[in-house]
Amino acid sequence: MNRYTWRTGTLEGVMIVVALIFMVPVYVLINLSIRDQTDLSSPLVPTANPTFDNFANAWAQSGLGQAMVNSAVITVVSVLLLVGLGSLCAYGLARATARWSAPAFYLFMIGLLVPFQLGLVPLYRNFAALGLLGTMVPLVIIYVGLRLPFTLFLYTTFLRQIPAEYEEAASLDGAGTFGRFRRVVFPLLRPITGTVIILNGLFVWNDFLTPLLYLSGSPNRTVPIAVYSFVNENTTVWPLVFAALLISVIPVLIAFFVFQKTLIQGFASGIKG
Amino acid sequence: MTAATEPSPAETGRTVRESAARRNARRTGSRFIWLFILPAAVFYGFVVLIPSFQGVFFSFTNWNGLSSDWSFVGIDNFTRLFEDAVSVKAIGNTFLYAILSTVFENILGLLVALALHSRIKSRNVLRVLFFMPVVLLSVVIAYLWQYLFQVNNGAITQLLHAIGLHDANPNWLGDPNLVVYSISIIVIWQFTGYTMVIYLAGLQGIPPEQLEAAAIDGAGPIARFWYVVRPLLAPAITVNIMLSLIRGFMIFDQVWVTTGGGPADSSHSLSTLVYRTAFQFGELGRGAAIALVLAVIVGILGFFQYRGLLRSGGAR
Repeated sequence: MNRYTWRTGTLEGVMIVVALIFMVPVYVLINLSIRDQTDLSSPLVPTANPTFDNFANAWAQSGLGQAMVNSAVITVVSVLLLVGLGSLCAYGLARATARWSAPAFYLFMIGLLVPFQLGLVPLYRNFAALGLLGTMVPLVIIYVGLRLPFTLFLYTTFLRQIPAEYEEAASLDGAGTFGRFRRVVFPLLRPITGTVIILNGLFVWNDFLTPLLYLSGSPNRTVPIAVYSFVNENTTVWPLVFAALLISVIPVLIAFFVFQKTLIQGFASGIKG
Repeated sequence: MTAATEPSPAETGRTVRESAARRNARRTGSRFIWLFILPAAVFYGFVVLIPSFQGVFFSFTNWNGLSSDWSFVGIDNFTRLFEDAVSVKAIGNTFLYAILSTVFENILGLLVALALHSRIKSRNVLRVLFFMPVVLLSVVIAYLWQYLFQVNNGAITQLLHAIGLHDANPNWLGDPNLVVYSISIIVIWQFTGYTMVIYLAGLQGIPPEQLEAAAIDGAGPIARFWYVVRPLLAPAITVNIMLSLIRGFMIFDQVWVTTGGGPADSSHSLSTLVYRTAFQFGELGRGAAIALVLAVIVGILGFFQYRGLLRSGGAR
């Protein structure tokens, strides 16, 4: 069972073919983005005279640079707030002994069951009433509120496995509740904090519906919205469009290939809780 | 619990001091602990709780979002929802998206996971390749497939020709009878790697000795899968099915980018219909009613998922 037999070899061959077919869309994406706009041969045929003009033009026209900065700011601020508020709140919920602590936990967990669409319209009106449309503020607030239930779920499940003795030792040294949290509990939460960062970060970076609603036509638009409006303005110029699509996913792809092991583990472990 | 931490007279001075500190910790903890919870609660209340209640409230009104002149219309929005051909179609589509994507993401994801949970040398590279679409922007994937699905010699049609279907020329995204299936293909391509990763994690938890023992007892690969692997993989199967279903029911990006709900409103999901009704037609009351129907569907599913998660957590 442990040896590389001819059956393993066959399986390997089959899986490589399957993976190649699976990668056809990605191949077309790259193949077309390096193609001259006048080259009308089949998208499956390798491009004869590769050019990088599309990238230069797409970069100059799409405003993707600014959009990446905006996306990065929104993602970093949202994730930092989620890690900070989420871990603090989970610690409070896990260690509180008052009668209201269990109902409070379940009130947060209801958020896992309520789809965002239900509050979508009223929330938009509320932010309009506050005069915040077109700014990044509503997005950060929304991502934090929206992802808190899941973040709390991850943190509380993890916290329950940490014995309280660690904190008690710290309280002997005269640390207050917050000091205990900051110096003892938070460092212990590091593995799950990684998962929280990965899953929330990717969610925020990739989200389309919220910025479509709040940032369309604003200078603060994020990457998905910049892509969306750029493609709508250049519908049939596919090589140009594909260059923009490729540029827009490059930051995440680099991060993915550098951290792929941690990232995939984060996905697998985050779900198991 | 307090009784258990009470020091007995025989205990040493160190333990007594520790217990005092522990009591102290608990006291300060319970008095100021709400300060830890409050900031998160403010965000959560403002973004989720309050708007959701408002959503339920407005689903019984004819509010257009702008004027202050609105009135209660009872369940009118809901009766219209179930009479209007577009929204009835959208409800059907939503179930179709959810079921198609769930079935195929899980079958394909499991098959790939089983194949890559083996001795093949390229398994790590292949895992990364199959997972890659999960991290890409949905918007990018949708545009890419919109191009691949072009009529007359689009890349996918050319692939059909290459495998011998020379006359095939489906109008993938333009045929009202086909468009929901085409969009489902996009979603399946995007998320099969997601289910694969969860199945791989599940497979890694299966002790190889059990499989070897079954093999020695004469069980073939299929019997080994059915009697040894499948029961041990049950938690991963549950989690995957629930995640795929909820993702499918909430589908927005792939539909909105490729077709905008068209042609002739044939590909709308409930999410895209909420967006169009509320924000493009300005019928916020009706939009909220559609959202409430979606919320009930996802809420019921989510309830089962949550129970399942709690149970699997308890079992471990």
